Amino acid sequence: MSENVLELSNIVKRFPGILANDHVNLTLKKGEVHALLGENGAGKSTLMNIIYGIYKADEGEIYVNGQRANITSPHKAIEYGIGMIQQHFSLVPSFSVAENVALGLKEFHLFPRIDVIKKRLRELSKKFGLDVKPESRIWQLSAGEQQRVEILKLLYMNSQIMILDEPTAILTPQEAEGLFKTIKEMVKYGASVIFISHKLKEVLEISDRITVMRHGKVVDTLLREEADEKILARKMVGRDVVLRVEKSPPKTGDLKLSVKNLYSRSDKGPFAINGLSLEVRKGEILGIAGVAGNGQRELAESIYGLRDYTGEIEIDGTMLKPLDVHSRINHGVAYVPQDRKGVALCGNLPLYYNLFLKIFTSKQGDFNPYLFNPISLKKPAEALVKEYDVATSSLDLSVKYLSGGNMQKIVLARELTLNPELIIAVHPTRGLDVGAMESVYKILIKARENGAAVLLIAGDLEEIFTLSDRVAVLYEGRIVGYSEPDEEHLEEIGLMMAGIKKERVG
Amino acid sequence: MRLKIERRKNDPTKLSIFLMSVLSVLISLAILGLIILSLGKNPINAYVQLTSWPFGTVAGLTQTLISMMPLLFTSLGVLIAFKMKLWNIGAEGQFYMGAFAATWGALFLFKGISSPWLMLPLLAAFAAGFGGAWGAAAGWMKAKLGVNEILSTLMLNYIAIYWVNYLVYGPWKGKGSYNFPITATFPKAAILPQYTSDGLNLGIFLAIATSFFVFYLLKRTKFGFHMDIVGDNPIAAKYSGINVKKMTIAVLAISGAISGLGGMMQMSGVLFRLQPNFSPGYGYTAIIVAWLARLNPFVAIAVAFLFGGLLVGTQQIQLFLQIPFSLVSVFEGLVLFSLISGEALLRYKISFKGVRT
Ligand SMILES: Nc1ncnc2c1ncn2[C@@H]1O[C@H](COP(=O)(O)OP(=O)(O)OP(=O)(O)O)[C@@H](O)[C@H]1O
Ligand SMILES: [Mg+2]
Repeated sequence: MSENVLELSNIVKRFPGILANDHVNLTLKKGEVHALLGENGAGKSTLMNIIYGIYKADEGEIYVNGQRANITSPHKAIEYGIGMIQQHFSLVPSFSVAENVALGLKEFHLFPRIDVIKKRLRELSKKFGLDVKPESRIWQLSAGEQQRVEILKLLYMNSQIMILDEPTAILTPQEAEGLFKTIKEMVKYGASVIFISHKLKEVLEISDRITVMRHGKVVDTLLREEADEKILARKMVGRDVVLRVEKSPPKTGDLKLSVKNLYSRSDKGPFAINGLSLEVRKGEILGIAGVAGNGQRELAESIYGLRDYTGEIEIDGTMLKPLDVHSRINHGVAYVPQDRKGVALCGNLPLYYNLFLKIFTSKQGDFNPYLFNPISLKKPAEALVKEYDVATSSLDLSVKYLSGGNMQKIVLARELTLNPELIIAVHPTRGLDVGAMESVYKILIKARENGAAVLLIAGDLEEIFTLSDRVAVLYEGRIVGYSEPDEEHLEEIGLMMAGIKKERVG
Repeated sequence: MRLKIERRKNDPTKLSIFLMSVLSVLISLAILGLIILSLGKNPINAYVQLTSWPFGTVAGLTQTLISMMPLLFTSLGVLIAFKMKLWNIGAEGQFYMGAFAATWGALFLFKGISSPWLMLPLLAAFAAGFGGAWGAAAGWMKAKLGVNEILSTLMLNYIAIYWVNYLVYGPWKGKGSYNFPITATFPKAAILPQYTSDGLNLGIFLAIATSFFVFYLLKRTKFGFHMDIVGDNPIAAKYSGINVKKMTIAVLAISGAISGLGGMMQMSGVLFRLQPNFSPGYGYTAIIVAWLARLNPFVAIAVAFLFGGLLVGTQQIQLFLQIPFSLVSVFEGLVLFSLISGEALLRYKISFKGVRT
C-alpha cells in the first residue's frame, strides 16, 4: 500500500451530457513510469486534471502516499508534490524562463528573487540534461524548449508525481529521445511519472505499466512485458488497426503549386526560408521531411498567405500575392496548421461555428450574407461531427472544451469538406489516436486519388513514408534533396536532414 | 503575506452574471447614499427624489425617455465595437461630430431645403457620416499603424469637443444669442416630429429601431458572423480569409456612425441649437450601459432607460437637496468599479492568508 504514491479510487466526472470519467481506478507506484492510453476523448486529460486540482471529481477519492488527499486547486496539488505539464502549455510568452518559474511558485511574491531562481535552474538543467537558459524569453523558444521549461518548473517545485499530457506530440524524434532520458533520470531520483501518448512505440519503450482507457472507463492495466502494439491498439479502439494504408500508384497531373526562390523570415527576425523552390503536381503527395525548426512553419504559412515573403508562389499557373489568404482559399487551398488552437480555431465560439469559419470566404456553403442565422449551420455540422467521429456532448460546446484530438478533427473536417485541390497539412495526425490517424490517412489518400495535390509536412518519418509519393528534405530553409518514400533510403534521408547534401535520387 | 489568485473551474453562468450586475448597481447606490449622508443630507430622501419623479410621473417619464434617447444611440455604438473587442471609448466625440454635422447641414449647407422629408434624412446621413469618419479614423490608425484604439478614440474626443467649442464661441455664434456661445436655432424642416409640448420626439423610437438593426447586424448577417470570429481570435480570422483590418475599420465606422446619428437626433429632436457642453457625458455613460447590458442590444434598451431616469433624477436631487450634479459621475464610476470587481470575482478566487515571516 505505502508503495503507491498515488491511488485513484472510483473517480467519476460528468460534464453536461457526457460521462468523462466512469469509476476510474488507477495506482502509481514509486519510481514507476505509468502510461495512459486511449482514444481521443476517452477522458485521459480530464482524469489528470482531476489529480492536478483543475477539475473536481464528482465522486471518488484520491490518496497520496496512502493518505486521503483533498486536492481543490493546482496550488494544493503542488503542495502534495504533484506537478503537471498540460497538453497546451501555460507559459507567459514575453517573460523569461526564470520569471515563468517564479510565477508558478506556490505563493505569489511581489518581488521574487530571480537570481536565486536562476542559479537553481542552472543546477537543475545540468543535473537532468535539460538545455535551456534561464534568461531566454519564452517566445524565442521552440516548442521542445518550452516543454523543457515546463519540466524545469516541476523539478524546481520538487514534484514527486509528474503528469505529462502528450509531451511527445510536439517533439521531434530526437527531442523525444532527450525527454525519455530526462524521465529516466527523474525516476532515478525517486519521482513517479504518468505519461500520456498516442504513440504506441514510445509507450512500450518508456513505461513500466500501461493503462488503457475507453469511453471514460479503464479497460485494462498491463505490464509492459504483456503488451505489444497490436494488443494495445485493439484494447484502445476495440478493433484491429491497419496503419499501412493501401495506395495505388500516383496518377500525377498538371502542376498545381510551384514555389520559386522563396525567402521568408521567422517571428524572431532572421530568414527561416532561404531561396526555397519546390513543385507539387495534382494527384501526388509530396512529403517534407526535416528536423523541426528548419522552416517548416514558415514554408506552410508563406504558401497559405499568412506570412510575408519574397519570391514566387504560383497556384494553377497564377502568381499569388503575399498575405492574401482569400485568393488561396479561392484556388482551393486547405491548410491544417501546426498550432490548431492558436491559428485554426476560435476557442470561445461553439463547435458548430468552428466547423464553418470559412463559410463565406469559400465555396463551402451558399448562404445569404444579409439574412444568415448561424443556427442553420447546426444541421450540416451534425453531419460532419458524425462523419469525422468527433466526441462531443453537444454542438454548442465551446471548442476549447474539446479534447485535443477532437479539436484536430474539427480542423480536418472543415478543411477537407471544402474538396480542396491543394492541401497543406502540417502534422495532420498530431494528437490523434490510432483509429483517427488511420482515417486521416485514408482521407488524404482519397483526396490525392481525386486529383488533389498534397504538401505534407510532418516530423514523423514513418508517416511521411506511408503517405508520400516523393519525399523532399528541408534543411535550413532549403530543399536539400529528394528521395523515394522507402525505408531503404532512411539513412540517406537522415544524412540530408542533418545537412549533408546528396545527389537527387529518382 | 500570501495572496492566492486562482481561476475558477467553470465559466460564470448567465444567472450569476445577472445577479452580479444587479448587485453592483445596488452596492453603488448604497455607497452613493453614504456619500450623500456625509454631505449632511438625508439619503432616504435622496433615493425617493431620485426615483419617484423620473419613473413615477408622466412628466418625469417623458424626461426619462428624452434623456434615454442619446444614451441608447451611443450605447449601441459602443456595443458594436466592444463585440469585436475594440475598446472604442470615443462615443462622446462621435456624438459631438454628429451634432456638428447636423448643425452645419441645418444652418448652412442645406438651408434652402424646406421639406423635412428631405432635410431630416439628409442630416441623419450627414451626421452618421461624420461620426463614422471619426470612428473610422481610429480604426484606420489601429489597422494601418497599430495605434491602440483606446488612446486614439480618447484623443479624437478632445478634438471633437474643442472643435465644437471653437465654432460656437466663434464663427457660428448666433445673431440673436446676446453674445452667448450658442448657434442660431434650427429651421423647422430640420426638427424631428414632436409628440408632447415637453419634448417627446421621434428620436426615441428611432433609437429603439436602431437596437433592432444592431441585433440584425450582429446576429443575422455574414458581417456579424465574421465579427464573432475576429473578436474571438484575429489570427483564426485571417486564416479563414477574413480581412481583419477592413473589419476593424468597418466596425469602428459603424460604431461611430450610430453615435453620430445620436448626435443629430439630439440636435434635431431636443436642443435645436448647438452649444458647448451640450452632452452631460452620454458617450461615457454609454460604456457603462453597454457593459451592464452585456453587449445585448435589447437589454441595452432597458439599461439605457434606467440610466436615463437616473440622469433626470439627479437633476431633481440637485434641485431639491442642493447636491452637486457631479454625483452622477461618482455613481457611474462606482457602478463600473463594482462591475469590474464583480467580473473578477466571478472568474477568479482570491484568498489571503495571514502574514508570515
Ligand atoms: N469543461 C468541459 N466541458 C464539457 N465537456 C468537457 C470539458 N472538458 C472535457 N470535456 C469532454 O470530456 C471528454 C473527455 O475529454 P478529455 O480531454 O479528457 O479526452 P482525452 O482522453 O484527453 O482525449 P485526447 O486524446 O483527444 O486529448 C471529451 O468528450 C470532452 O469534450
Ligand atoms: Mg487529452
